[in-house]
Amino acid sequence: MKKRIFACIAIVLLTGVFLGFAQALLMPKYMSASREGALIGEYYNESGSHDVLFVGDCEVYESFTPPTLWEKYGITSYIRGSAQQLIWHSYYLLEEMLKRETPKVVVYNVLAMKYGKPQSEAYNRMTLDGMQWSVSKTRAIYASMTEDEDFISYVLPLLRFHSRWSEISGEDFQYLFSRDTVSHNGYLMQTGIKEKTSDRVGTELGDYTLSSVCFDYLDKMRTLCEEKGVELVLIKAPTNSWGYYWYDEWDAQIIDYAAKNELDYYNFIPLAEEIGIDWSTDTYDAGVHLNVYGAEKLTDYFGTILAETYGLEDRRGDEALSDVWEGKLKTYYKERNGEK
Amino acid sequence: MLFTSFSFVLFAALTMLLYFIVPGRMQWKVLLLSSLVFYALSGEGYLIFILYTALVTFLTAHVLQHRADAEDAFVEKNRATMEKAERKAYRAREKKKRFRVLCAGLFLGFGMLAVLKYTAFVIDGVRSVWTAFGGESFSIPSLLLPLGISFYTFQSMGYLIDVYRKKVRAERNFARLLLFVSYFPQLLQGPISRFGDLQEQLITPHRFDGVSLRAGLLRVMWGYFKKMIVADTAMVAIKTLVSESDVYQGVYVVLLILLYSAQIYGDFTGGIDITIGLSEMMGIKLTENFNRPFSSKSTKEYWNRWHITMGSWFTDYIFYPLSVSRPMQKFSMASCSKLGNIVGMRLPVYAATVATWFLTGLWHGAGWNFIVWGLLNCLVILVSRELEPLYRRFNKRFPRLTASAPWGAWQAIRTFLLMGLIRSLDCYRDVSLTFRLWGSMLTTWNWSELFSDGLTSFGLSQSDWAVILIGVAVIFFVSSAGKDTPVRHRVAKRPILWCALVCIMTAVVLIFGAYGIGYDASQFIYTQF
Amino acid sequence: MEKLLEILNHLHPDVDFAEVEDLYDEGVLDSLDMVRLVTEIGQAFDISIPAEELIPENFQNVDTIWALIERLDEE
Repeated sequence: MKKRIFACIAIVLLTGVFLGFAQALLMPKYMSASREGALIGEYYNESGSHDVLFVGDCEVYESFTPPTLWEKYGITSYIRGSAQQLIWHSYYLLEEMLKRETPKVVVYNVLAMKYGKPQSEAYNRMTLDGMQWSVSKTRAIYASMTEDEDFISYVLPLLRFHSRWSEISGEDFQYLFSRDTVSHNGYLMQTGIKEKTSDRVGTELGDYTLSSVCFDYLDKMRTLCEEKGVELVLIKAPTNSWGYYWYDEWDAQIIDYAAKNELDYYNFIPLAEEIGIDWSTDTYDAGVHLNVYGAEKLTDYFGTILAETYGLEDRRGDEALSDVWEGKLKTYYKERNGEK
Repeated sequence: MLFTSFSFVLFAALTMLLYFIVPGRMQWKVLLLSSLVFYALSGEGYLIFILYTALVTFLTAHVLQHRADAEDAFVEKNRATMEKAERKAYRAREKKKRFRVLCAGLFLGFGMLAVLKYTAFVIDGVRSVWTAFGGESFSIPSLLLPLGISFYTFQSMGYLIDVYRKKVRAERNFARLLLFVSYFPQLLQGPISRFGDLQEQLITPHRFDGVSLRAGLLRVMWGYFKKMIVADTAMVAIKTLVSESDVYQGVYVVLLILLYSAQIYGDFTGGIDITIGLSEMMGIKLTENFNRPFSSKSTKEYWNRWHITMGSWFTDYIFYPLSVSRPMQKFSMASCSKLGNIVGMRLPVYAATVATWFLTGLWHGAGWNFIVWGLLNCLVILVSRELEPLYRRFNKRFPRLTASAPWGAWQAIRTFLLMGLIRSLDCYRDVSLTFRLWGSMLTTWNWSELFSDGLTSFGLSQSDWAVILIGVAVIFFVSSAGKDTPVRHRVAKRPILWCALVCIMTAVVLIFGAYGIGYDASQFIYTQF
Repeated sequence: MEKLLEILNHLHPDVDFAEVEDLYDEGVLDSLDMVRLVTEIGQAFDISIPAEELIPENFQNVDTIWALIERLDEE
């Protein structure tokens, strides 16, 4: 009898191990395609605290380069951005990060304020699967799920990705236990150049009111920062293309909110020229996102603001910190020069 | 709540846990509670309809029982003074009265089903006549169709007839009757149980029993295997083949017939496996609904092996009463004397058969395709019946051939294909379209496309095909091995083997089953955001 | 009894009904046969067999059918 029970337990455990292995194998690795899917998880490899944390969608992880911010201003920073990161994602990511560190400034890019409802299951996965388990993650999942999603498929991602069994590739085995780092403190580098040729504006909308759900989360973000004594800064990246158009009506609502709550809000769209963005060379996809050349210009511009307005000190004198960031800069330039 | 949803798995597990925690006399209450919760979760407003049917059934049965008891008491009391003829006449009178009560109950019970399921169909018919005569078209209101209404209505009405026939005594406790009507494992796909077989089992306490629990769980897993590996994987292809039937003709109709046979087998028998398996885990034995149907050598045999509880329901409650009813008997006598015995004896029986199959078709759905489907089945059965003398002569002439295994296999394959052909009416849903597509199998010769990339053109990748084919092969072997004793009973007696099998099946279903959102790499490709 | 055997033989000339133990289980009678049998018995013995008596137990073999006829005549 005892032997039998022991055998059964062993079989169940073995199956569990096998399924765990299958799950690790079947989850997308995001190493060669859709690399932005790997961004969220990389934060946990980063040690130490940062002066500035960015949260938001592609307009943060494509627009600011932490290595530049260090190189020019001695400011340490990390970008917790992901593809189509909605505001509840951003809030819970921030909540999670503020439990680990206390920065001086948190920067939120407001483009995602246009979405008041969960949008895409795939983007949910790219943001949420990378998070480590915590109350924040659980809440983030519940806030994000589209109608046909189940919570359990986040607990056991095998239930979501099982059908990848027929398309498993070498990449899945190669990165089974450890992944490469794809970003530079959250910055996903793009070195391509594609000129912006069209100045099409967004089509007219029936209703320009930004969802109250978004403002509720913005309130939560603000309160959280206040509690921790962190300065919350709102920004809008300088890119403004037809597909992801930032309407003046929306801008007015953000300006209004910022004024009411005594927050700083920087809309970089009208400042593009002052920043020095050249639309023929500084984007990689005809004006939708900045490439590394555009991002460096914007970072340089924003670095001045951070240093002057928020009094962030130059920490390049700190030797230990310098060593770490020298390494980061090396890999950064390696990729920038196409040596990787 | 579908069997293949995560919530159902959780729900069933909780029910099971609760069922064995509470004291025995409370167990049926757990089942009732679960059933009501299941139904309430499945759709808003559904509960009212099932409560209605249960109430109508309860009250009618109560009146029937009351009258029957009074009748028996009266006969008993006056046994000494009543003549035999007198007694017979009294009983006949009373029966007539009870029959009226029964009719009222059936009217109220079937009435709800008819209104909800067939109104649109009838109005549509009226509309086509109306517009044919130049009337203006109008829109048809859509009514909600509560989950499983066909199943629970039939089960309840069967019970009423049993009470009328004095086969069972009426249930005196409404809650218990409600459990009989709403017992949740069989709400979705049946089987249609008889009160005499089921009720006592639902009410009596069941102790936790390792062997039935193991056998039951194995059967549940087997059901999931059939549903998720075969049926749900094939579903995508069937949808495409049907919705784009103008493209997919000829050999694709053959493929549809084969795929749909596999799909409906997996879905239906798998669903029943889950139902019966869950019940078995709790110690409740349900009537089998399938007995290796695709091994049938004739249509008649097929219908004794496929959806058995529905077939026997129609035989016992429609076909027999109809064919032995007084008018039918009179019709029989008249036709015998006018047309001679050969035709005369057949006519009434055949008329009843046609009527029964018409209703069987209608039960499956409100649509002409279902009616034609029923009548075609009927036609095949009657024709092969008339050809029986011919078969017998053939058998006598070639006894060695007809007793051989290949001959048996040929008969089974023939029956399988014929049934599959008729069943495709289910898919295309349109009678004339289906007939045209059947014709295309003879006129469109596109078999060569199978060897280019035809097989993967309608939603099934090579790996999907592999899953389906391996799944079908496994089902075939397990079902053949279980001809005499089901495999699971042998396995349930060997805990280690059982445990290993359950684990393997879980892993196989979780990885290779068709469920969830499905991974499509293109969704994850960076779409400029 | 003679009359009954005659009816049965007429229905299936190739079966020896006096020998068969279980007409239903052995697949000799199907539902259509049952109805024809019931109709003929009803006419021959001047009884009416109600639908609820059309159950396998009553039609297992010649003896059970005979018992049914006698019972219905008695009631």
